[in-house]
Amino acid sequence: MSSIPIQPSDIAASARDSTGVGEIEVSNISKSYGTGLFTKTVVQDCSFKIERNKLTVMIGPSGCGKSTLIRLLAGFEKPTSGSIKIDGKPITGPGKDRLVVFQESALFPWMTTFDNIMYGPRARGEDTPQSRQQAEFLLEKVGLKAFRKKYPPQLSGGMQRRAELARAMINNPDVMILDEPFRGLDAMSKELMWEYYAGLFEESHRTNFFVTTDIDEAIFLADRLIVMTNIPTRVRAIIDVNIPRPRRLANVFDNDHANQVKMQALSLLHEEAMKSFSGGSRAAADFVEAYSRRSATDAGAPAKTP
Amino acid sequence: MPNKTLVRLRKKLLSHASLRAIIALTVFVLLWEIGSRSKQWLGVSLPWIGQVPAPSGVLRVWGGLLSDAGYWQSWWLSLVRVLAGFTAAMVIGIPLGLLMAVSKTFYGLSFPSFEILRPIPPLAWVPISIIFWPTQELSIAFVTFLGAFFTVVINVVGGAKSIDGRFFQAAQAMGASQWDIFRRVVLPATLPSIVVGSSVGMGITWNVVVAAEMISGGGGSGSGGGLGFFIWNSYVGGSYEQIVVGMISIGIAGFACSEVLRALGGLSTPWLSKR
Repeated sequence: MSSIPIQPSDIAASARDSTGVGEIEVSNISKSYGTGLFTKTVVQDCSFKIERNKLTVMIGPSGCGKSTLIRLLAGFEKPTSGSIKIDGKPITGPGKDRLVVFQESALFPWMTTFDNIMYGPRARGEDTPQSRQQAEFLLEKVGLKAFRKKYPPQLSGGMQRRAELARAMINNPDVMILDEPFRGLDAMSKELMWEYYAGLFEESHRTNFFVTTDIDEAIFLADRLIVMTNIPTRVRAIIDVNIPRPRRLANVFDNDHANQVKMQALSLLHEEAMKSFSGGSRAAADFVEAYSRRSATDAGAPAKTP
Repeated sequence: MPNKTLVRLRKKLLSHASLRAIIALTVFVLLWEIGSRSKQWLGVSLPWIGQVPAPSGVLRVWGGLLSDAGYWQSWWLSLVRVLAGFTAAMVIGIPLGLLMAVSKTFYGLSFPSFEILRPIPPLAWVPISIIFWPTQELSIAFVTFLGAFFTVVINVVGGAKSIDGRFFQAAQAMGASQWDIFRRVVLPATLPSIVVGSSVGMGITWNVVVAAEMISGGGGSGSGGGLGFFIWNSYVGGSYEQIVVGMISIGIAGFACSEVLRALGGLSTPWLSKR
């Protein structure tokens, strides 16, 4: 790495300690669509804090309004009531202090991997040797150096997600917002992506907000876990996840605390899913079934260990 | 590396696809020859095809025409008209389509009249354009232009309007200005539709130019000619072989134009061919 003068610490803004930036405070926000009789409330009276330099994971039943919350945080939409503040300033629209990584790849198919990563710097007129070096460094970090001149359709799903992480990180946003970024990947690439992503976070320690429906993913990554209710979504519980970093697959899933958090979160989610199950949601029905199977196997598991 | 390209060319010529094409063409010409000469060879003239000049006769006439300046002049005139109409359609159609896609106001103002004018066949414009434009040449080029114009516009509008919203959100979130989004997101995302629109438009231009030349008499006031006029003139003069020569010439010219466009389109959208 001697040829690359930029070191990991440069990617993270210099002062990301307790005095750093990137704290989001969500106070009593609600969001409804439509008017009069047709009003549908998606988010109801939500309050939580995305603490600076921490990885906050939000988990909730699918279709509960998490993506709506993300659009509010990103500033693509405005809440019906309540306020969202970043470092004390209210969010009024999209800004480069927050960056969203979307569910499916939103890489520009007409640009090579390198050009995709350089999009942000170039858009701001910063096509400098430093930003190019940073792009090269990130390419190496996410394991795509050999693919710098490939177009997105030539990359696998996992590679596209990694390229997208790099494209977001080069902008050095105060807060990274990720909306189920690994959804749709196969189990193997998903676990690989968790390690990549946890590694990137552990090096930069910028504020991250990660939304998912996958409990294993949530616990593997989170410092703080926000469990959401079914639609209209509210905060159900906030759980601190105290698993030491760096996190690797081997040491997370053996961890007692991790399993304890998992059971706690699962039973909360199960309750929420049951509610929407009685409301007739298909996704919830699937979840309830999966949960009961999981509980059955978990109950059998301890018997094997002496 | 000329050697490498030579190898590649040989490979391409000997590929299954080109072999099939060669076989298909040979069989087609052979059947045509038999059909045309059915009276001589079989004693009975086959319906329809028995009246068509035989390919051997067509080739003989063609051979004679190859050294004829008038024949090449027809090629040249039609090509110039096609290129003029096509280029004008691209130059006016692409920005117009983009503007219609980007601005809701402009779309609302222009789309109704556009949609009423669009279904009018270009040839229906011939009389009015002869009245409107000062020269025959201009009216032919105008009708040719119309042939490609509507197709180009409708493709550009469709392409630009169907861009995935997440591209805009991503660009916006990374601090891109409106102009930057237009230049580096809207334009490249619309490019495939522009390529498709232009190749379809090119096909229509050849259809239209020939008919326009026939109707307008190929520009009687001095300029004259064109492949459409060439065919009509051969018909009037009773040289049936020459009619077929004219037809095949148009086929070749249209094919060549489409190939050039396809190559240019491929070069400008490299990400589409790499999967």
